[in-house]
Amino acid sequence: MTTTTFGTANEDNAFLSKSDSRTVRRRSLALLGSLIRPVRLRFWLTLATVILSQLARVAGPVLIAFGIDHALPALHDGDNVPLILTGVAYLAAAITTAALTALYVTSTAKLSQAMLLDLRLRVFRHTQRLSLEFHEKYTSGRIIARQTSDLEALRELLDSGVSSLASGMLFMVFTAVTVFALDWRSGLILLGAGVPMYFLSRWYQKHSQIVFRESRVVSARLIVHFVESMTGIRAVKAFRKERENAQRYTELSENYRKVTVRSINLNGIFQPGLVLIGNVCVAVVLLFGGFRVLGGDLEVGVLLALMLSAKRFFQPVDQMAMFYNSFQSAQAALEKVSGLLEEVPTVRPPRNPVPLKDARGTIEFKGVEFRYGDGPVIIPKLDLHVPAGQTVALVGQTGAGKSTFAKLIARFYDVSSGTLTLDGVDLRDLSTTDLRRNVVMVTQEAFLFSGSVADNIALGRPEASREEIEEAAKAVGAHEFILELPEGYDTDVNKRGGRVSSGQRQLISFARAFLAKPAVLILDEATSSLDVPSERLVQQGLAGLLEGVAGKESGRTALIIAHRLSTVETADRVLVVHDGRVVEDGSPEDLISGGGRFAQLHGAWKDSLV
Amino acid sequence: MTKQTSFFQSISRLYPHMKPILPRLFLGLLCALLASVVALAIPQVLRVLVNESLQPGGATESVLMASLTILVLGIAEAGLVALRRQFVINPATTVETRMRTSLYHHLQDLPVAFHDRWGSGQLLSRAMTDLNFLRRWMAFGAIMLVVTTLTVVIGVVVMFTMSWQLALIFLGAALPIMIYGFRFRTSFSKVTRQSQDQAGDLATTVEESVHGIRVLKAFGRSREALENFNEQAEVLRQTEIAKAKHQATFTMVVTLLPELALGAGLVVGVMLAASGELGIGALVAFFATAAVVAAPVEFSGMLLAMALTAKTAVDRHFEVMDSVNTITTPESPRKPQEVKGALTFNTASFAFEDAPEHPILRGISLEVRPGETLALVGITGSGKSAMLQLVPRLYDVTDGSITIDGVDLRDFDVEELRRVVGMAFEDTTLFSSSVRDNVLLGAAERTEELLHESLDVAQAHFAYSLPDGVDTLIGEEGLSLSGGQRQRIALARAIAAKPKVLVLDDPLSALDVHTEELVEARLREVLAETTTLIVAHRPSTVALADRVALLEDGRITAVGTHTELLAANDHYRYVIANLVAEPRDLDSELSELDAEAEEMSR
Repeated sequence: MTTTTFGTANEDNAFLSKSDSRTVRRRSLALLGSLIRPVRLRFWLTLATVILSQLARVAGPVLIAFGIDHALPALHDGDNVPLILTGVAYLAAAITTAALTALYVTSTAKLSQAMLLDLRLRVFRHTQRLSLEFHEKYTSGRIIARQTSDLEALRELLDSGVSSLASGMLFMVFTAVTVFALDWRSGLILLGAGVPMYFLSRWYQKHSQIVFRESRVVSARLIVHFVESMTGIRAVKAFRKERENAQRYTELSENYRKVTVRSINLNGIFQPGLVLIGNVCVAVVLLFGGFRVLGGDLEVGVLLALMLSAKRFFQPVDQMAMFYNSFQSAQAALEKVSGLLEEVPTVRPPRNPVPLKDARGTIEFKGVEFRYGDGPVIIPKLDLHVPAGQTVALVGQTGAGKSTFAKLIARFYDVSSGTLTLDGVDLRDLSTTDLRRNVVMVTQEAFLFSGSVADNIALGRPEASREEIEEAAKAVGAHEFILELPEGYDTDVNKRGGRVSSGQRQLISFARAFLAKPAVLILDEATSSLDVPSERLVQQGLAGLLEGVAGKESGRTALIIAHRLSTVETADRVLVVHDGRVVEDGSPEDLISGGGRFAQLHGAWKDSLV
Repeated sequence: MTKQTSFFQSISRLYPHMKPILPRLFLGLLCALLASVVALAIPQVLRVLVNESLQPGGATESVLMASLTILVLGIAEAGLVALRRQFVINPATTVETRMRTSLYHHLQDLPVAFHDRWGSGQLLSRAMTDLNFLRRWMAFGAIMLVVTTLTVVIGVVVMFTMSWQLALIFLGAALPIMIYGFRFRTSFSKVTRQSQDQAGDLATTVEESVHGIRVLKAFGRSREALENFNEQAEVLRQTEIAKAKHQATFTMVVTLLPELALGAGLVVGVMLAASGELGIGALVAFFATAAVVAAPVEFSGMLLAMALTAKTAVDRHFEVMDSVNTITTPESPRKPQEVKGALTFNTASFAFEDAPEHPILRGISLEVRPGETLALVGITGSGKSAMLQLVPRLYDVTDGSITIDGVDLRDFDVEELRRVVGMAFEDTTLFSSSVRDNVLLGAAERTEELLHESLDVAQAHFAYSLPDGVDTLIGEEGLSLSGGQRQRIALARAIAAKPKVLVLDDPLSALDVHTEELVEARLREVLAETTTLIVAHRPSTVALADRVALLEDGRITAVGTHTELLAANDHYRYVIANLVAEPRDLDSELSELDAEAEEMSR
């Protein structure tokens, strides 16, 4: 197993070594196979329809011949029965052909759509499953490219290819049998044409594989650039990047055009090449047959029949070239898709999850160490106990590791060694559902999805009623501005929340968190864009949420990272983080009286207030 | 949502693009026609050659001649096929590429309001899938459509010369096909359009699911996202199947009717032959020709579907191309004699296009003097960001006007205006290129000094310690930076542009107060010469400003210095001042302490 091509590594390289090339091809074919397997019944049915419709089609000429050879003389003799029979049979054949043709058109579409849906969902599910670590490296444009243009290549193959291949093959087999029945020597010549065709196909495969790979790479680049400029259009305009962008895009489109032309030109050699070989073969049959006719070994009639059959034998070659072309293209696309699917999430759900329905919110770090991959240690040996219901403020410089603490508790990353538990259960043993119900993190990045404001808040708890949604909005002080929107809670937030300000967006994302009512709430600088009154409202709401509802004594555990001291003062406990270590730990009061860093700091802060 | 246009009306819009390549397309068509003529001729020639020149005991030369003739014809056929591609491919891909880049140009040109409405997936599907399809149709579908039609017409004419009665029966089948063809056109166009639109929406969903991945993960909503995607994909699947069913029915009709006509023709023909009105030879020849004609008729279902899909692709393309850019440079742009940077709002109002009854800004009148820094303060949603976005004309005022040095923004050359006005948003977009390129994006001269100075003012020294220093690739395709780091790069970018007028939308929100202070200290020097409008949420930011304007529900209710407003205005106190004294940042003080501790230990 080579590792150079595993997953999306080396994705941009079209010129792979022989063994790498074989590996990715195999991966791509395996994916195709796995897509066909669930629908194999329909696959064979579609093939059967194609074959049957071809057979029904053959009946027509046979009936015409019968009509002229038999019904006509019979009619001369005053017997019109054969003619009527011929007419009826022709009618039946016509209806059968038409019905079967319609059937295979629909059946092909059902087959290809089932496979496409399957693949779309697989890719979507997998990209959702992949860890943040992966998403931070792999651009969104690439994923979009995989989901759109790569899938389009597969669709082309499925829509056009299968039926033409099947009918073509069938046709060739039938014709070959006829030729052999007439004269086996000529049959051998026909088969002999297979040799140059094989070499031509090999040549085509070798070159088109590279070109199609390049085409995938180039089109992905084009898409990435397109998506980036469209999603960042404000900045593009503000900094007059239009011209530079247009230049880049023109360049990329030109590359794309060139590689497209190359792929088509390859096919432009391949397909006429096959036609040529076929035609040369016909001439050779004529040459040999002609001499044998001259020598009296072969009848002229037989030679004529041979020639016509031989010519017909090569007719489907055209279609098969087209099939092979789309097959190569789809395979290159599936190489990329299968690479994405091969990526393994670094944060994986457990095989045998430990159920934890209603967590109380006790967090425990035991000998936790963390580093990104093989990078330097970010958090060395950490032991920490946060009892349920405690509000903890994390304090420290930028880059001290506060956010890393938060990401570990939210299990965006896994600890490198040691254990991190929630109510005594290792986070890695919790099912995703249980983990996300109990631990929610709000970051400063407040992304809104297309849909209404209500939909966006409901993301916190999809089953929530409208009342609950409004309550959550009220709790964070978002209710008023939402009501003022054109359609209130049903207002479409449009793309990227174009209609609401960033502060409002943050309020909506807070409302999400309120609606979710998790046992552990993590706020990572989630109030940075709020104005002072909004922040006050959010803090009040937060206090209400953290106290907990009636019947639940301990309230919620909260982990707050904020720049502003007012937030920190309300905490039960302050952790001063430095270089990934907790250097001070205690209630704000204790820390102040203890005379440590925080006390100095607090003193300085108090002084500044005077 | 869109009105149905006729096929030719839509396709004719391609004419300007196609015009330069029409000769080559025509040559391609000629090759295709010749190739099919040769392909049809080969069997006939074979028949003649074999029957006439080959007899037992005949001359060897005749065999060689016959073989050679066939060989030449065969080579001609292959050659013509290759030639057709050669003629068509380059021009077709050129047209495709030209349409693609012109779409992109136009999209970049269209105002932000347009992009608010359109998901990028929809746009992408137009730029990629639609145009790819159009290219294939131009290079193959359109040509085959003409070839097929010609083949059928010629075939029918030939059939008439053989037997007008039989040909009439065959032609009789054409009438219902045409009628059905019209119905098919309408229904198929509709469903094709639907499927293309749904595919675009699906792409938008994919885009959002990737951009919002952190939120989806934080709330564990991947399953809901998947369900939503599944639903959408399922709808698309059903549309595609509905599309296939339409096509299947049409294919059935075009297969069945000619065959029925042939069946009827067979019966009638045999009767005619029996009564001696038609020779057997003619009867055989008629059916031989009919067989040749029936195949392209069947093929027409696929070709027509292709043409209709191409038509919707054209419609979708021009739907975007026809969107008018409302923010354009006037015919004779004006420019102040000397750009000093006096920014004036004259009863400026603004409402989003689709919500005119909910104005965001109402009658704003405000004067910012050259070199002055004015802070905009107001609660969330009071219209601060909207006001800023009006200045570089990301949106246009709906009423009133905004001027710089007395010249209406709408009279400026747009590019010139955006050179005069620099901008940094709270929501920072960095592009996939190096730190250097990002910072110097709007700069007039891309010098090393400017880069260092800008990074220094924005306190973005971290850039030097990135893996490749200022040449490190950042943005989506590069290293991911933290929110505070991104903001500082974006700020450096705005500074490097050295604009006369600078609009800053809460540009320091993700910075800790210590860094903020450092930035502000340096910024103050830079801003001395620059007219600045800055949205502020914190008193610390307000401290940068000479004056403050208070926005309340889209109106300016007070203007004055921070101290004045603090003393006189309740709402201002409510917005800007905490009940407690100004909250300060802990992190920065910690780092100050560290610095002190370091000094002490030395």
